[in-house]
Amino acid sequence: MNYRRAGAYSGIPRWALAMAAAGALFVLLPLAAMVARVNWPDFIPLVTSEASLTALGLSLRTAAASTVLCVLLGVPLALVLARGDFPGQRLLRSFVLLPLVLPPVVGGIALLYTFGRQGLLGRSLEVAGIQIAFSTTAVVLAQTFVALPFLVVSLEGALRSAGSRYEAVAATLGARPSTVLRRVTVPLVLPGLASGAVLSFARSLGEFGATLTFAGSLQGVTRTLPLEIYLQRETDADAAVALSLLLVAVAVVVVGLSYRGPAPVGGRAGSRPGASSGTGSPHARPADMRRAS
Amino acid sequence: MRIPRTRLAQVLLAGVVLATALGGCGTGAPASTGGSPSASSGASGSAKPSGSITVFAAASLKATFTRLAADFEAKNPGTKIALSFAGSSDLVTQISQGAPADVFASADTKNMTKLSDASLVEGSPAGFATNVLTIAVPPANPASVGSFADLAKPGVKVVICASQVPCGAATKTIEKETGTTLKPVSEESSVTDVLGKVTSGEADAGLVYVTDVKAAGDKVKEVPFAEAAKAVNTYPIAAVRTSKNKELAAAFIAAVTGPGGKKVLADAGFGTP
Repeated sequence: MNYRRAGAYSGIPRWALAMAAAGALFVLLPLAAMVARVNWPDFIPLVTSEASLTALGLSLRTAAASTVLCVLLGVPLALVLARGDFPGQRLLRSFVLLPLVLPPVVGGIALLYTFGRQGLLGRSLEVAGIQIAFSTTAVVLAQTFVALPFLVVSLEGALRSAGSRYEAVAATLGARPSTVLRRVTVPLVLPGLASGAVLSFARSLGEFGATLTFAGSLQGVTRTLPLEIYLQRETDADAAVALSLLLVAVAVVVVGLSYRGPAPVGGRAGSRPGASSGTGSPHARPADMRRAS
Repeated sequence: MRIPRTRLAQVLLAGVVLATALGGCGTGAPASTGGSPSASSGASGSAKPSGSITVFAAASLKATFTRLAADFEAKNPGTKIALSFAGSSDLVTQISQGAPADVFASADTKNMTKLSDASLVEGSPAGFATNVLTIAVPPANPASVGSFADLAKPGVKVVICASQVPCGAATKTIEKETGTTLKPVSEESSVTDVLGKVTSGEADAGLVYVTDVKAAGDKVKEVPFAEAAKAVNTYPIAAVRTSKNKELAAAFIAAVTGPGGKKVLADAGFGTP
């Protein structure tokens, strides 16, 4: 939308447009091919079968719980990474972001050796009467593990591009760090936090490898929608395709929300401070500040 | 707005045409792999096999087929056996979609039937091995599992295959035959995932194939049970109709079903059909 703004540069080379079209097709064509394979007469019965609805419900519930956990753990983490200044900070960031590049199955194995019955913490938890393996809790933990970096990355970017001038002013006026965080920082980066939370939710919804490795697969307890699709594919390709389409639809809605939700419609043209790198145009901050106060 | 809308549309259209042309190339290739029908019909025996073939085999055959392929290549210089292992139903899907397989070895007759019904394999597939379920427990056997009935006891964390996959179907059969209803903590979509839950100590017991327990060595302990004989899985093997090297495919199948192959399979714990 940037190019609509008066005076903004919008020169895109023609070859880039052609490549962009090929790139878009590369993503859209497989989706179209899948839609073409949907058995429409049976679509409704397939996606409303008991197993499908149970899996969808479980997916939505666990993804919501994971998102809450991501916010609780990710906001302080992003704050420490963006504002803190301590030795090993870069190393900490690398490790926190590791699940982004790790194959999820590796995450599952790592979680197994942490929270599993024979695991690092699992043994003490078992003594305390808490069993995580094969429970819905295990699903939430697996999803949080893979989704947390998404929240940390987008929030840290928002924090950095928002700068710390307003916080500094608040502090000189006598506000304590907690008050500054609550009254200034969080309202300032709310769009970044929101899009980070939505991305974590989407990632949690699609989680498969870590869940399969760590949590197992049982209807209503640990079998989320991706696991149900994987299983249905063994015997009933039609059901797998129908459920895949359902998951795509949910994902499209979620991603659509993440890119429209935070910015007021028709307002500041596409320059959210939450958008990762230093594109935060100067007039974005006062606007956010106004909303914050 | 520097870019007029029409020109944008033109360029996008060019991209579409380009991509479609590329797609066309992609789909064109497999269609031409029909092969010459006169190439060969059946194993002629006298001709020395040469060239290379790709064998699609069920995941549970990984160790044995890797061994058999190496033996075959050593005995027949100039041949190359490429192996691809996955769940039988995945392999069926791939072959139906035109994957370049020459030989298919399935872990159950049901998946092979899907291909023979679609006339994608040569002749009638021959069973070359059998496999039965057994109970795998962690070496310490924490839940003291001693029989199939023990698996249904409360508090025993048992993991089985989901009924959609062959090992799960066999589990269902045994449950029905013995009148025992298992309450698993997880129904996995592959037997290796079941074994993984046992070797990691998460589960107290898992129902897997005897060959899996044998391959896992001392990481798990086997608790054999007589009722396992009620659900015997037969492994069929067949040449894929679109194979371009039918001599080599037939020669490899003969090696698998022959005495040498039988011995390797028996050593791994497979039975004879």
